[in-house]
Amino acid sequence: MSIDLETAARVASLARIRVDKDALPALAQEFNTILGFIEQLNEVDVEGVAPMTSVTPMRLRRRPDVVTDGNRQAEILSNAPDAREGFFVVPKVVE
Amino acid sequence: MTDLNTLTIAEARDALRKGEVTSRDLTEACLAAIEGAGALNAFVHHTPDLARAQARAADARLKAGDAPAMCGIPLGIKDLFCTKGVPSQAASRILQGFKPEYESTVTQNLFDAGAVMLGKLNMDEFAMGSSNETSCYGNAVNPWRRGDDAAPLTPGGSSGGSAAAVAADLCLAATGTDTGGSIRQPAAFTGITGIKPTYGRCSRWGIVAFASSLDQAGPMTRTVRDAAIMLGAMSGHDPRDSTSADLPVPDFEAMLSGDIRGKVIGIPREYRMDGMPAEIETLWADGAQMLRDAGAEIRDISLPHTKYALPAYYVIAPAEASSNLARYDGVRYGHRAKLAQGDGITEMYEKTRAEGFGHEVQRRVMVGTYVLSAGFYDAYYNRARKVRTLIKRDFEEVFAAGVDAILTPATPSAAFGLGAMTDADPVQMYLNDVFTVTVNLAGLPGIALPAGLDRQGLPLGLQLIGRPWEEGDLLNTAYALEGAAGFVAKPAKWW
Repeated sequence: MSIDLETAARVASLARIRVDKDALPALAQEFNTILGFIEQLNEVDVEGVAPMTSVTPMRLRRRPDVVTDGNRQAEILSNAPDAREGFFVVPKVVE
Repeated sequence: MTDLNTLTIAEARDALRKGEVTSRDLTEACLAAIEGAGALNAFVHHTPDLARAQARAADARLKAGDAPAMCGIPLGIKDLFCTKGVPSQAASRILQGFKPEYESTVTQNLFDAGAVMLGKLNMDEFAMGSSNETSCYGNAVNPWRRGDDAAPLTPGGSSGGSAAAVAADLCLAATGTDTGGSIRQPAAFTGITGIKPTYGRCSRWGIVAFASSLDQAGPMTRTVRDAAIMLGAMSGHDPRDSTSADLPVPDFEAMLSGDIRGKVIGIPREYRMDGMPAEIETLWADGAQMLRDAGAEIRDISLPHTKYALPAYYVIAPAEASSNLARYDGVRYGHRAKLAQGDGITEMYEKTRAEGFGHEVQRRVMVGTYVLSAGFYDAYYNRARKVRTLIKRDFEEVFAAGVDAILTPATPSAAFGLGAMTDADPVQMYLNDVFTVTVNLAGLPGIALPAGLDRQGLPLGLQLIGRPWEEGDLLNTAYALEGAAGFVAKPAKWW
């Protein structure tokens, strides 16, 4: 499996990371090196093996479905790059 | 008395309780040592005012006779831990300026026990790296050098700042985190001790997430006893981390008898790598002999899927990272790119993440995105998770056959030069974790401790791997090995 420039560009776009056109060949090359390394996994017989979901044989704990926290608007907004009138501000998303 | 910043936690605790020193004295000694160690670039955010306030409170507690073991002990905290009101940016530009409004559970546990925070420690960006060279703060530098050669060496990674700080006596101990070897590899490179506990022993709440099914916090210390003391203070159930184990935390220190007679120590044949330096082979054999001399039975074992651990890791960890790091979007915290006229929200995300993430982080996020994308999920991600099941099964079978702990080298080499891997392909750097990554995939506890010096005078470490939740027994085996190895070397001060 070899990654071409188009696939590299698509992956960058899915990851929401801007990659300049000039940088795509090197990126594709790195992907291919890493994926070549990963290809070794195809040697393993995994027939009938369940994929691991939890490394410790523990059920996730449950708790009552009640509010345990809240009323922290100022704290939540305190690190925002842009916040106004109690909201996060982002570029216009609807025309 | 020796320089206070060079004490072990146990020595400092005993002296504090006897009233021979104060936390204030210890803290000032460490702050002075940090002041003079800028060349190591270990501490990247300094919190002397907080440290002094905590030291005063600790001294009051000690005076009142209410003093847990960590009370008054000055620590460094890896930048991956969110610390309230103190910059916490995982060594990434994307978290520039971020000051959490909350405290991670592990640091809160340490503060509740009376520990003192001197500042935040350098690391690889988002804990992705094995040399501390991906940090936005620049490289941390190993206090050890090759003989008289002044070429700077890596302290390892990702907890490189923690390792350098403990080895250089800038703090009595430090927190680290370990996703594929990030506590144990830097500990080995700097001649200190580091334990990654069983997955679920320490809460992950408030620790910037890299790969959630693999990440664990642990202590980086000068001795096994200190690791036992500090791990106890860091551990415990936390309802805010759904994978945190609701199990009692034993008194690990009380389990350090040094008696390992009758214990079975496994030597896995798959860890004998082609091209491994002879010195590491010898160190490993010597370590096994020391454990045998202490009364343990040494048994050759096989962990047949070892070879596939690194490739499985480099599917699973980037996959989880791509999901975890999706939150850095320039909206809620950290860096946001300056936008051009007409840029919309997608441009904001893409520019912000391109500017905020370094090269290695971008690469891993994109690899993770690829292996999770439609059409490849089964071929890569699900297959890796199946291989992970087999890797864990290898360990389970060995433990079921009566093995108590497994002895391996900690790393395939001693510390290498900063910049030495610049032109290597990324897989070469990943090979640093070849002996440690299996432990994360299987969720087991693993400890690295210094066992000797190589020809060039650099420390080499051994790793012991234990049964799940049996850190106490593992620490005791490490304690016996530590006593037999008698490693006391310190780096000559040049900084």
